[in-house]
Amino acid sequence: MKLNKLLWVLLAAVFALSGCSEDEATDSLDNAAKNAASGINDASTSGLNGASTLSGMAGPGYTGVTGNNSFLGPEFSDPNNPLSRSTIYFMLDSSEVQPDFIQVINAHAQYLVAHPNQKLTLEGHADERGSPEYNIALGDQRAKAVAGMMKAQGVSDGQLTLISYGEEKPAVMGSDESSYERNRRAELSYQR
Amino acid sequence: MNFLKKILILGLMLAFAPLSQAELTIDITESSDSGTPVAVVPFASSGAPVDISSVINADLARSGYFKMLAEQYMRSKPSTASTVQFPEWQALNQNYLVVGQVGGGAGGQYSVQFQLLDVMKSGQLLGYQMNSSAADLRRTAHQISDLIFEKLTGKKGAFSGRIAYVTNNKQQSQLQVADTDGFNPQIIASSQEPLMSPSWSPDKSKMAYVSFERKTAAIYVQILATGQRKRVAEFPGINGAPAWSPDGTKLALTLSKDGSPDIYTLNLGTGALNKLTKSFSIDTEPVWSPDGGSIVFTSDRGGKPQLYKVSSTGGGETRITFSGDYNARASFSPDGKSIAMVHGNGGDYRIGVMDVGSKSINVLTTGPADESPSFAPNGTMVLYATKKGGTAYLSAVSLDGKMQQKLAFSNGGVREPAWAP
Repeated sequence: MKLNKLLWVLLAAVFALSGCSEDEATDSLDNAAKNAASGINDASTSGLNGASTLSGMAGPGYTGVTGNNSFLGPEFSDPNNPLSRSTIYFMLDSSEVQPDFIQVINAHAQYLVAHPNQKLTLEGHADERGSPEYNIALGDQRAKAVAGMMKAQGVSDGQLTLISYGEEKPAVMGSDESSYERNRRAELSYQR
Repeated sequence: MNFLKKILILGLMLAFAPLSQAELTIDITESSDSGTPVAVVPFASSGAPVDISSVINADLARSGYFKMLAEQYMRSKPSTASTVQFPEWQALNQNYLVVGQVGGGAGGQYSVQFQLLDVMKSGQLLGYQMNSSAADLRRTAHQISDLIFEKLTGKKGAFSGRIAYVTNNKQQSQLQVADTDGFNPQIIASSQEPLMSPSWSPDKSKMAYVSFERKTAAIYVQILATGQRKRVAEFPGINGAPAWSPDGTKLALTLSKDGSPDIYTLNLGTGALNKLTKSFSIDTEPVWSPDGGSIVFTSDRGGKPQLYKVSSTGGGETRITFSGDYNARASFSPDGKSIAMVHGNGGDYRIGVMDVGSKSINVLTTGPADESPSFAPNGTMVLYATKKGGTAYLSAVSLDGKMQQKLAFSNGGVREPAWAP
């Protein structure tokens, strides 16, 4: 039943995607993300485990609801709070942060500035295409791009740990465009 | 909790643990009709544990140079030259014939005899008698294949060599070494975190590789015979893409400790680091030219990944690839005249071989997800990783692209092959 609900949300997202141009797709996806996010939230509060996996399935161009950071406080579980999002997605072969994700990175940066003892790991990842070591480099650049924005807002070096796994730890298995989009990412996880 | 995990990982780091049987299986997926006809007659044998002649037959078939005669067409099965009826083999249009026998067996010691015969001239080209323990019989068969290959082609055989590769199954990554036909696999390292980028030392006694076992990237050098290993690089950021210098004294590697990924050399004796590139973009995947004078690497300093060259002591950086929007992960042929690479266009990644002199690229494979090329030590084939139907496997292709074989791992994906030099 709960899964059904999520499926519907995902289907809606797919329809939204298939029916519009690239520019429009971003907007539609944002809306779909919000819908998907609330769907997942419902599911997880009613006992369905693995919200982070499901959030990954919510698709490209938007940040999913985190399952990793929810130990920190209610704001990290509130789908309306950008802190609830812990994945930054990237374009093919690019480490440039897309405008949609600036708000998310800023929210985490402000949190870290306000909590100077809190530490965050930034994991850079790439999709499976191309050369494994080049993808390690790409993941490194992605983690550094996020770290750079955070440091510009006053987050200290000592609060951040960066690691690139390249294509070695995909969020989703699969050799298709939608899997690739979900695997080109930086994951933010707070250290307990 | 952490402590327990450490014990678990250490327990899994088995040095040279033998596996009981082949986990890599080979299928020839494309073959050439134009090979030289050769017949390998089943060797006379009294209960040897390895079918020597079928190992030789499979080796020669995989090379792409020969067209093997199937056993069903043989009218007789001589085991020595003296009993060969040459007209019979001439009638079957065979150019060469291999006959032999395996004797002994007492105390696990065998004596393997073989002769390579020229069918047209009705004469012997090669004849050897080799002693082998039961455990070494497959190796002996591969050595015979090498001798036959070299006699008939003038090029060194590569059948008795070894390959390294990384397997991923369930939650575990393993670095393994096996014979070129997938037999005798041995686990070099094993971890729940990724293992990457195996690189053979020039004398084949050591392996450098990347391990994330400490939740950070580090480069290890491991002595294959003993399993003893040393962590040689664990700087902040990337510690990746190790490549041995031809004299075995240095590693080229990628570090990102200063910001962007750059190419360094590390002197393994003194620990001295020398930074070769200083661009603000990605520089990675260094590989030494066989003469040791230069290092070819991948860089996106021009916007897209392309191959560049730098002196191995630093300086003289020049771009060397110009066609295609993705050229990465170079592998030099042993003679230094060719460079294999991942050659990508519009999201389609194939293995290309560039002639260093003319810079023209010959595309050998059909893509769309081919990566990690590695030349055979005799320069006749390129081993690479690919993926179809969700499964990662290895493939080897002859330099003319006509011969193709698939090496699949029975128990998960297999990637990042490295053919021993």
